[in-house]
Amino acid sequence: MAKLTMVKAITDAMDEELARDDKVLVFGEDVGKNGGVFRATDGLQEKHGEDRVFDTPLAESGIIGLANGLAFTGWRPVPEIQFMGFIFEAFDQIAGQMSRESFRTAGKLKMPVTIRTPFGGGVHTPELHSDNLEGLAAQTPGLKVVIPSGPYDAKGLLISAIRSDDPVMFLEHMKLYRSMREEVPDGAYTVPLDKAEVKREGTDVSIISYGYMLQESLKVANKLAAEGINAEVLDLRTVAPLDEEAILATVKKTGKVVLVQEAQRSGGVMNQVASLISQDAILSLDAPIKFVGAPDTPYPFSDAEDQWLPNAEDIEKAVKDTVNF
Amino acid sequence: MTQLDFESLKHTPEYETLQVLNNDGEVVNPDLMPDLSDDQYVDLYKQMLWSRVLGDRSTKLNRQGRLGFFAPTAGEEASQMGTSAAMDKGDFLLTAYRDIPQLIKHGLPMEKAFMWSIGHVNGNVYPDGLNAVPPQIIIGAQYVQTAGAALGLKKSGSKNVAWTYTGDGGTSQGDFYEGINFAGSFKAPALFVVQNNGYAISVPRHVQSAAPVLAQKAVAAGIPSVLVDGMDILAVYEVTKQAREWIAAGNGPVLIETICYRFGAHTLSGDDPKRYREKSEEEEWFAKDPLIRMKKFLENKGLWDDEKEAAYKDEVEAEIEKAMAVVESQPVQKVSEFLEATFDETPAAIERQVKEYQAKEGN
Repeated sequence: MAKLTMVKAITDAMDEELARDDKVLVFGEDVGKNGGVFRATDGLQEKHGEDRVFDTPLAESGIIGLANGLAFTGWRPVPEIQFMGFIFEAFDQIAGQMSRESFRTAGKLKMPVTIRTPFGGGVHTPELHSDNLEGLAAQTPGLKVVIPSGPYDAKGLLISAIRSDDPVMFLEHMKLYRSMREEVPDGAYTVPLDKAEVKREGTDVSIISYGYMLQESLKVANKLAAEGINAEVLDLRTVAPLDEEAILATVKKTGKVVLVQEAQRSGGVMNQVASLISQDAILSLDAPIKFVGAPDTPYPFSDAEDQWLPNAEDIEKAVKDTVNF
Repeated sequence: MTQLDFESLKHTPEYETLQVLNNDGEVVNPDLMPDLSDDQYVDLYKQMLWSRVLGDRSTKLNRQGRLGFFAPTAGEEASQMGTSAAMDKGDFLLTAYRDIPQLIKHGLPMEKAFMWSIGHVNGNVYPDGLNAVPPQIIIGAQYVQTAGAALGLKKSGSKNVAWTYTGDGGTSQGDFYEGINFAGSFKAPALFVVQNNGYAISVPRHVQSAAPVLAQKAVAAGIPSVLVDGMDILAVYEVTKQAREWIAAGNGPVLIETICYRFGAHTLSGDDPKRYREKSEEEEWFAKDPLIRMKKFLENKGLWDDEKEAAYKDEVEAEIEKAMAVVESQPVQKVSEFLEATFDETPAAIERQVKEYQAKEGN
């Protein structure tokens, strides 16, 4: 076992699945010789050949349409969209086509496609590279939306996604690619889709989050432990459909909830979580649900990220307000 | 200073609209005449007659409330049946919503086409071995998928071809360009058919593009294109057959533009062509009716007559009635089953909704 970055864990997951199943194909812009702009597919073309790992023309609808047609003819495509902000171009092929095929055909037509795409703020990109668009994807019936919060989960979740016969959008927070390392087992292992995980046990308050904000939440929880606040941290991991059982369990355990997402406040994943808690666990609450999220503007200019992005300070304040309510 | 002559920099290749039969059913281009037996000539005509009867009957059934969505096909029979006559059973077909006759010819049971029309999910549950996906509603979306299906066939080592259809309006979509460009780049075995019937609902062909010929869009993708009289089934069949052979030999995709005309409305959902077409234009195209010229050709050869025509029409009507009986005995659709079909592995959150709907449905 080695301590790996998340980007390396992701590369290893694709490497394992390319070797295990000759129906797996990895493709997109710059994924071949260049190994991806983040090097997530580094060395895969050289190892598995140009037939299995290949560059495509530069057109996002074309890339996902290609994935759909390949799935129709028995392949297991793993397309990459270079940045999630470019995914609008492909939305018909994702939401209008891929995610509906199983429903459309009473379950007969399987779409084992895993769309990988980097997203998330704090890395000073030009416009439309950092947007948190998981809420749009989450509103698409038939699509599973997975967001790992670190290297171990990333490898196991990506392997599960590739093996799944359901379409999965696999979102990789850019700030997590190289900012931390975790012990990652050699070889293939799976982390289940549709399951949240308690990343830190606690009794006083539940922080529910995912992706990069999960790591920020953990930092806050560890800091507050020294101040006598014992926070539980739940990682959603699959943000659509939600693991309702795990969410309700932590709410019922602590009676206090802070929801943390990097995305804008309106219409996103955490509103769904809040709705669930309101319907099924409101009597377990002894403080109002607190929400930490970004303001409802488009993703900001890179020099304004620090003012715009939710951060550890916001989370800490929200947790204290909730605990002291 | 050289003054560039931009007008002269517009490039359109020379296209001839390929034709074999003229309006009178006379062979005007023997070099392109498909080499078929008498039975095969008759069969091509019968396929068009089948489609015409199916279209007429579908319209009546729609008016009676027995069928739902229908996009009329009359006028496009040579384009639709002439192309699909060259299709191999193992070829993969991605159609749009007007291309139901080709789907049925490729193996979709007629009752399933009707179930799709009334909006029953069983219409989309295709028999094993039918290499096709349900008709596309989003204009042009099937073009990029066809590039993928074609690449999939190529990677499998198959000699089969992925086929798709769109209309003149479809060539304006980004997916059209992306599809032909991807297929060209991957040298994938794809056959792209553009059925240019002159109108995208009401918007005439000339509004769609400044390109004098829609087929010339293939030039930019680096793939061959051919223009054919879409009212002439012999020309359409021969051109398609040759294109398919060339593609199947590993040479990459081809685009065929068929020049045809939609005799009826866009769909039966309120469209009235009188709002946007001149009667004189319609009359001009009615005279080019693909059935009339092929029937004349067969009659001249002594292969067809009114008696045979009447008998075959009865056969088709009986086939339609039989299919309708199956449609009308379909079970009421259940939301709980839709929920279960939405994912292969149903998440617990969805399972909860399944139970909720099962209770409502009285399971």
